[in-house]
Amino acid sequence: MSKTPVQFSLNGSPAAVFVDDAQNLLDVLRRGVGDLSPKYGCGQGTCGSCTVLIDGEPHLSCLTLAETVEGRAVETTNGLAEGPQLHALQEAFMENFAAQCGYCTPGMLMAAKALLDRTPRPSREEVIEAISGNICRCTGYEPIIDAILAASGQPTRRTG
Amino acid sequence: MTVHKGRGFACINYPIGMNLGGDPSQALVHSTPDGKFMVSLSSIDLGQGMKSVTRQIAAETLGVPVSDVYVDTADSDTGPHCMGSFASRGTHRVGNAVIRAATEARKALLEAAAEELEVNASDLDTDGQGNIHVKGAPSRTITVADTAIAAQFKQGRTLSGRGIFLIPPSDVDPDTGEMTPVSCFAHAALVVDLEVDDETGEVTVREINSAYEVGRALNPRLVEQQLIGGAWMGVSHALYETTEPYYPDRSHAPTDFNAYLMPGPGEVVDHNIAVLERPAEDAPFGGKGPGEMCANPVLPAIANAVYNAVGVRCDTLPITPEKVLRRLIANGGARPQGVR
Repeated sequence: MSKTPVQFSLNGSPAAVFVDDAQNLLDVLRRGVGDLSPKYGCGQGTCGSCTVLIDGEPHLSCLTLAETVEGRAVETTNGLAEGPQLHALQEAFMENFAAQCGYCTPGMLMAAKALLDRTPRPSREEVIEAISGNICRCTGYEPIIDAILAASGQPTRRTG
Repeated sequence: MTVHKGRGFACINYPIGMNLGGDPSQALVHSTPDGKFMVSLSSIDLGQGMKSVTRQIAAETLGVPVSDVYVDTADSDTGPHCMGSFASRGTHRVGNAVIRAATEARKALLEAAAEELEVNASDLDTDGQGNIHVKGAPSRTITVADTAIAAQFKQGRTLSGRGIFLIPPSDVDPDTGEMTPVSCFAHAALVVDLEVDDETGEVTVREINSAYEVGRALNPRLVEQQLIGGAWMGVSHALYETTEPYYPDRSHAPTDFNAYLMPGPGEVVDHNIAVLERPAEDAPFGGKGPGEMCANPVLPAIANAVYNAVGVRCDTLPITPEKVLRRLIANGGARPQGVR
């Protein structure tokens, strides 16, 4: 099996790995680079827990060929906080009890970040649309929708 | 095509813990040399918040700040035994075990502090801020941290405690059938408003209103979170989830999570919750725990609401559009049961 060198930016830092043919980005991030923040859920692009940003757009890393990120910028949940300072989305998820088991949370955060980066004050419908590819089994979604609205500085159903 | 509105009601008495008892849980509490306390459990937090609640219970019992308590639920090979996180038993069973372990550890803590302050341990109290003082003499004081250091390096004493909670197994009397199935119940009542489309058979839940009596809500936001998420799961079980085919051909059965139906963020239902607090006598600080009952009453309430809307009684789950349509045809159309 041949190896292909791939260089990309991971959360702003340069990353260089050799990848196998047909190796997916999730596998390369978790096992090659050691960034365990994107989660392996279904492995078939259904659950969204492996969502990462590539050049600012959300992608399912389990369905993304690792070779295709050559020269591009990849963002994962590991890159959200700046030192001890949590990202506004992380703070809002915490304040709004938007996680229970937490397995979907990294994917939810990245899908939400992609939304807020392009639409700083999204409508409730836009929030729902943005996370519609991410499955959560615990929360019933309502606290997650509220958290994303709160992170954008808008009232939630809870706060009215 | 007509969309029919329906309203359904269900209520539940939910036993906390394994029916007929016999399900023990243990907890161990010990201090680190700097006066923090570690609670060791084998009970697993599935995301329902048991680590948070047992941490609160341990801090309250020990008389120290919550921030000075750590809960380790890592490993059933090395931790004290627990029957598990099921049967809505976590808060009640594990919480009681933590109270017992923390009570023993508090006794050791006050004895060590008494030795340092040269007073009787029964004259000491904690302020919940990390200090121990003589009752009525707040200036005669020692910090929990200094007490732990003295116990560890001077007195040669452990600040630790063991706890177990067991509801003894209850046999059924063969003559009378009499038994003690459970020591405390939680209760809930739930109303579902929904719409049924008599052309497609689709059911859309519009609103849920519920009242839950779960003893004292030890962490109100966690209780609310669990009730919201659990009701969503109840809607999912009632209307969507099955490994059987939605339509009669086996080839339509789900074989992976692509075809396994669940409601998404677009199907979120407005849910108004009233939490009623009636602390249980044998529960840790009165908390029973919502657990499984946050999903259970949703299913019969939806089934009743579908009947109320179109006169179709579905007695198997999930209530799929196919089942609703077949029964509508058998009935010769929708038979709204009217406002009750």
